[in-house]
Amino acid sequence: MAESVSSIRKLGHVVVDRIWRLGFAARFLVAVLRYSGPSFRRLPLTLREIYFSGVLSLLIIIVSGLFVGLVLGLQGYETLQRYGSTEALGVLVALSLTRELGPVVAALLFASRAGSSVTAEIGLMKATEQLKAMDIMAVNPIARVVAPRFWGGVVSMPLLAALFSAMGVLGGWLIGVVFIGVDDGAFWSQMQSGVDFRYDVWNGVIKSFVFGIAVSLIAVFEGYDSVPTAEGVSRAITRTVVTSALAILALDFVLTSFMFRGTS
Amino acid sequence: MSEDILVDIQDLHFSYDGRPVLAGINMKIPRGSVVAIMGGSGCGKTTLLRCIGGQLRPTGGMVRLGDQRVSEMSHAELYGLRRKMGMLFQFGALFTDMTVFDNVAFPLREHTDLSEEMIRDLVLMKLEAVGLRGAHALMPAELSGGMARRVALARAVALDPMLVMYDEPFAGLDPIALGVIGQLIRKLNDALGATSIMVTHDVHESLMIVDYIYFVSQGRIVAEGTPDEIRGSTDPFVHQFVHAEVEGPVRFDYPAPTIVREFLGSRAHG
Repeated sequence: MAESVSSIRKLGHVVVDRIWRLGFAARFLVAVLRYSGPSFRRLPLTLREIYFSGVLSLLIIIVSGLFVGLVLGLQGYETLQRYGSTEALGVLVALSLTRELGPVVAALLFASRAGSSVTAEIGLMKATEQLKAMDIMAVNPIARVVAPRFWGGVVSMPLLAALFSAMGVLGGWLIGVVFIGVDDGAFWSQMQSGVDFRYDVWNGVIKSFVFGIAVSLIAVFEGYDSVPTAEGVSRAITRTVVTSALAILALDFVLTSFMFRGTS
Repeated sequence: MSEDILVDIQDLHFSYDGRPVLAGINMKIPRGSVVAIMGGSGCGKTTLLRCIGGQLRPTGGMVRLGDQRVSEMSHAELYGLRRKMGMLFQFGALFTDMTVFDNVAFPLREHTDLSEEMIRDLVLMKLEAVGLRGAHALMPAELSGGMARRVALARAVALDPMLVMYDEPFAGLDPIALGVIGQLIRKLNDALGATSIMVTHDVHESLMIVDYIYFVSQGRIVAEGTPDEIRGSTDPFVHQFVHAEVEGPVRFDYPAPTIVREFLGSRAHG
């Protein structure tokens, strides 16, 4: 009896703790937005973070996008062949990428490549008292360190997702048209007529923008809230990658269920 | 002591999670002086420093800096006040992604509209004062512990503060670096007309450079005096601390059950 009471109590503690942390993260987001002025007034601060988060993620995004496109091309061709509609390969590849794979896979890659490094950097700055030093110099660390990294991620994410999709389409074209021999004109014209800009492309952009906000917030929050020790920072980095992945997939479901009503 | 008091602390209390860290501290620090706050590890001296800088809000009592009450200031007012404060952290806390030059220039760039030429001159002057003008292009990772501490000192005084706080400025330094930092603290304090508060447990170095010493134990001031008074003190606490003795009022052992109880357990009572 006593044991079950104690395990219920433990469960309660864990739940309350999680909810409390969620509330803290929400307040943190408000603080980041409130102190975002310098990120826009002093553009070099944010541009530097766009470079570190966005430009340095280019290689992984380009290579992964290309491979995902190559695989989509192969799998798509095999399936479409059964129904004799291989000329629809272009539209299949483009829709898969712009609606789902582009935003989701790019965000997952972005969380592990850029999100983890932002968490590590802020966590280590905290562990070595650099944030405290800034605060005592009357420089707000949220305005000077956190906000530029947040906005750097928010700006980079949709651009990286767009690039991922473009590389994927290129990969699908390489496999389908160049190697297998699907008709070039059919590949592009089917894509052009089958992909709606507002319905497919724009919704994908909105998704990647939302993922960018989620991943960037998780990365800066986990870094800022990390326990300032070697172990604490390493745990924070793990939490960034795990929480980001879950957030991306959960948000993807929510957004998809609102956006795509099914075609009649 | 003179009447011109810069830092006035009255009956300061601070508790963390219900555990008292500071329990009724009273201090008056005159303008222009160098004051040391000493005590064993975990006695609350760093907490005291953070209450003076407004990074922690006391649970009772008052901290007054000049004619302003630090303990009741808003965030914006505190930031205004901190522009007149400098702080040297235990391990320097230099920004690792910036060069030595940019570290010292940081407070100038954040808080002034000076031209880059003017900033360059000021930074090189501050670095010259700590003997590291030649190291301005290095990254913090390329500096020794003592050099990093001196760069951090140059950064702390970049805006010519009225109050400089030092958190364990001597920790982990070799004897030469230790002497250099000690002399710099005194020299810079006098040259800038500043006031310095130093939290340390290095007795001998401090006795050479400070004007007044407070000993803190378990959140209270247990002894105070000028270096000469401290050297001649018969107070058991001061004696134990100055002569680094194991036996005395400060316990070396962490509280534990008696040895008999620990090793023999219930058999001891059987």
